[in-house]
Amino acid sequence: MYLNRFKSLLVVSLSLMAILFSTAVMANENLVVAEKKEGDFNVTETILEHIKDDHSWHLWGHNSIHLPVILYTSKGIEYFSSEKLVDEHHEPAVYHGNFDYKLIEGKTKIVDANGNVDAAASKQLWDFSITKNVASLFISVIILLVVLLTAANAYKRTGIKSAPKGVQSFMEPIVLFVRDEVAIPNIGAKKAGKYMPFLLTIFFLILTNNFLGLIPFFPGGANVSGNIAFTMTLAVCVFIVVNLNANKSYWEHIFWMPGMHWSMKLFLAPIELIGVFTKPISLMIRLFANITAGHILVLSLICLIFIFKTVFASAIAVPFAVFIGMIELLVAFLQAFIFTMLAAMYIGMATEEHHHEAHEGAAHH
Amino acid sequence: MLLEINPLVLPDIGLVFWNTIAFLVLLIVLGKFAWKPMLKAINERESGIEEALLKADKMKAEITAMQNENEALLAKAREERATIIKEAKEASEKMVNEAKDKAKSEYERIISDAQAAIAQQKNAAMVDVKNQVGALVINVAEKVLRKELSNKADQESYIKQIAEEVKLN
Repeated sequence: MYLNRFKSLLVVSLSLMAILFSTAVMANENLVVAEKKEGDFNVTETILEHIKDDHSWHLWGHNSIHLPVILYTSKGIEYFSSEKLVDEHHEPAVYHGNFDYKLIEGKTKIVDANGNVDAAASKQLWDFSITKNVASLFISVIILLVVLLTAANAYKRTGIKSAPKGVQSFMEPIVLFVRDEVAIPNIGAKKAGKYMPFLLTIFFLILTNNFLGLIPFFPGGANVSGNIAFTMTLAVCVFIVVNLNANKSYWEHIFWMPGMHWSMKLFLAPIELIGVFTKPISLMIRLFANITAGHILVLSLICLIFIFKTVFASAIAVPFAVFIGMIELLVAFLQAFIFTMLAAMYIGMATEEHHHEAHEGAAHH
Repeated sequence: MLLEINPLVLPDIGLVFWNTIAFLVLLIVLGKFAWKPMLKAINERESGIEEALLKADKMKAEITAMQNENEALLAKAREERATIIKEAKEASEKMVNEAKDKAKSEYERIISDAQAAIAQQKNAAMVDVKNQVGALVINVAEKVLRKELSNKADQESYIKQIAEEVKLN
């Protein structure tokens, strides 16, 4: 009885809301047409703008930090403020340095006198600018150094006699988690110690950048861990560590699978060889896609307000954005954990001691 | 370009470069100054805890052994106490019995003495009676003899009378 009443109440309120929004949208339709000259609101462009890297870091209103542009061309290194790449209307402007530079879709390109992209010359251009993502990355590095060195100093100061305190007690469970849940089960207790610094650094770097990415304003707001360059670099590091430490039996299992017919061995070798590369590539894409998807989701929900052009849309958009934000907090931790976990697993597979007697039993290797 | 690649999945060389540097700096600095002391301390603490636990286990075993020993001692003491009590009981019983026996024999002795005395007095009394009866008989005989001399019939009746008078106890 009570439940039914609640249900009908819910239906009424929801339909009321729907009617309200539809009329509001209809009423605004004329306005949209009228405002088209000032600049139509493009959702895709807005979202991509927030996700992509940038040469300036927006703070609030019309205030933003202009980050330095560092370029390496055939005429040497050159650096200047990114302020010079935009005019007073925040439109891309030509900067006359060793070449004429202009931002085309957010990327620095060399242009000729007419303002057209000089593709041949642009290929010689290496952009090492401190972009928003690089700056955010540096902030996360500073945070990590301060927090973790403080925690490490606590061990030096108080030794192991007293229970962990403050930052130390916050960091120790995470370090223990990485050691006991990630490193030791996948690599084995004997070898795990050697790879712990690598795994911990990867874990904390991803985690910090994931969390910083969730903060919508300075010093967060950059999409570092959702950038393919960031995930690629870490995946390449994992690739290097895995393959440098791989033992003989790992390569044997790739190129000449033991315990198989020779024809099967020939068949498996290319597949296994592809697997060597797909593992880090999957790491790269997984982190990039998860974090980027989360950012797009939150931004899309917020954009609902601008799509409907009514503040009432926020009644739905904001709670949903908060809800997705909560999930993103979980994802931020989860993705850092999964990346580290898989890295540990790949290291474990590469360094595992194979006993040929055990092959029948351990077919899944 | 053969493929139109979304700029989102096109890595920028700048970020790759700075990220490599950042990661290597983190790896080296944190590896040396953060992870190493942290992991070392954690390991030390863990081994310390393990040692302490082992020690505690050992102590526990020792305490249990001591408790067992104590219990054995206690049991032994209890047994001894029981024997002592038993012995004491036996001794007291013996003493009581002895006293009882002694009292009984004394009592028997007194009774037998009394009986002997009674018998002796009885005998003496009997002797006395016999003597008196003898004397009486003699008296009577004397009187009878004296009367017989006078009248035979009287004599007989007299004897009869006397004999009736005299009641032997």
